[in-house]
Amino acid sequence: MSSIAVSASSAIGKTAAANPDALVRIAVRNLDFYYGDFRSLKDISIDFFDRQVTALIGPSGCGKSTLLRTFNRIYSLYPEQRAEGEILLDGQNVLSPAIDVNELRARVGMVFQKPTPFPMSIYDNIAFGIRLYEKLPKSELDGRIEEALRKAALWGEVKDKLRQSGMGLSGGQQQRLCIARTIAQQPEVILLDEPTSALDPISTGKIEELIEQLRSEFTIVIVTHNMQQAARISQFTAFMYLGELVEFGPTNKMFMNPTKKQTQDYITGRFG
Amino acid sequence: MVALSQKLLVTSMEKPSRRSPQLSFDQVFRLASLSSALIVLIVLAGIIGSMIYGGLPAFREFGFGFITSSVWDVQRDQYGAWVAIVGTLTSALIALVIGVPISLGIAIFLTQLCPPWLKRPVSTTIELLAAVPSIIYGMWGLFVFAPLFAQFVQIPVSSIVEGLPVFGTILYARTPSGVGVLTAGIILAIMIIPFIASISRDILDQIPPVLRESAYGIGCTTWEVVRHVLLPQVGVSVIGAIMLGLGRALGETMAVTFVIGNANRLSPSLFDPGSTIASRIANEFNEAIGLQLNALMALGCILFLVTFTVLVIARVLVARVKMR
Repeated sequence: MSSIAVSASSAIGKTAAANPDALVRIAVRNLDFYYGDFRSLKDISIDFFDRQVTALIGPSGCGKSTLLRTFNRIYSLYPEQRAEGEILLDGQNVLSPAIDVNELRARVGMVFQKPTPFPMSIYDNIAFGIRLYEKLPKSELDGRIEEALRKAALWGEVKDKLRQSGMGLSGGQQQRLCIARTIAQQPEVILLDEPTSALDPISTGKIEELIEQLRSEFTIVIVTHNMQQAARISQFTAFMYLGELVEFGPTNKMFMNPTKKQTQDYITGRFG
Repeated sequence: MVALSQKLLVTSMEKPSRRSPQLSFDQVFRLASLSSALIVLIVLAGIIGSMIYGGLPAFREFGFGFITSSVWDVQRDQYGAWVAIVGTLTSALIALVIGVPISLGIAIFLTQLCPPWLKRPVSTTIELLAAVPSIIYGMWGLFVFAPLFAQFVQIPVSSIVEGLPVFGTILYARTPSGVGVLTAGIILAIMIIPFIASISRDILDQIPPVLRESAYGIGCTTWEVVRHVLLPQVGVSVIGAIMLGLGRALGETMAVTFVIGNANRLSPSLFDPGSTIASRIANEFNEAIGLQLNALMALGCILFLVTFTVLVIARVLVARVKMR
């Protein structure tokens, strides 16, 4: 086997072993997704476990980001996109028209490829999301903001400049601010769409450490192009190809002993 | 260093030159395009120079009082710009108050809410609206809009507000003819909406989709996304778009001349006729001689200065978003 798989397997040793008895937080059943007439997800069924990190990997265009974007229905901003099937979040179908999407998005937070601080102060970037759903007295709000920034490993760097614009931070800091913003809403699930693809290696390392810590509280789904990253930080990995789920299982099994030949070829870098 | 450049010189001299010793086509081409560009500068400088030269006698005669005096009496050869300045600013301000909310509404609808099948028809209509010649707006305003405005707005409103404090003054029509400062403001609003709307739409379109998605992603409603994230993000640039509209409203001549009523005295009522700098010039230029002509030139200088300043500020603000 190639060196990628070897280094991946050594990385897995460091993370906690996957717990197969974990509670299912999100259950996807027979999900199809269409961009206009193009069917980009084909009959996907997969479970995401509570307090585990699940990595979605696969070549560009395989549908991994598309799958992620169905969980908080962010795709519905675009009228030509639609999803069919079931996505059960704690047993409740999020694709049902009866679901309030704004509440859903507070329960299922999302962090994007590029840092997206809002044009306001660092403090308000986080307070904004909290205020949408909760009316808190100032002291409590301050506490929540500090807690979120601490959890996002950003407190030490910004505690003296909370009133400055969030746009003035470095790329890595901005991304941690976005994570803090998501955490502050106390979601159940955090979706990460290639969160480190625009960052330098040091910032990437910090975000990865952060994800490892956040796992104790949140269900995390991460889309990544970087296989070492998937191996380092996830307990479960799903490999997708051309809109289909090829293989899904515990990360160490996926990387060391995949069942499907396609998975092995992709992981060892023979295609993709 | 010296040796190196000498060596380069030698090698370049050894190469067979493509250049002929005479004036090459390339040089002629360069000169021709340079002089085309210079013409613009010369024309602008010429206009400014002749306006100032023409207006100077009036400024010298009346001093600072030219701006503050509201007397415009051709018989007595007394001229003051105040009425026209107030009319210009009032009608432009009315145009902004009416036009800006509608324009921003259009821009936000087109970029955030519009179903795809409706996007193109609405966008095209707005661009067509910008292409309508101002004389058409003037004719329509005078012959169609003004009579309706007099019948359905001026007369009923005047009868309601009569005798009331403040409103009884600014919204009372002594002669409800339909023409007046408010009518001019409304026509100007219609004229500037396409400009502000289409520039604001372009500015909003430049916001990366991922910022919008992340605002929706924390559970914002469309209103919250627009109000707290998108508009602050483009902030100053939208103000630039508004000022481009203001620049047009200040200088618009033909349509305003038709519907403002061209009165030479200051009236506290928005329903009463007034005049703007541009309409005053358009009305009197034909027969103006002597000091009156100088006064009109001086009016032109003031208008030029005001619109120029507004446009420069607008350009700077609009350019801000592109540098990000």
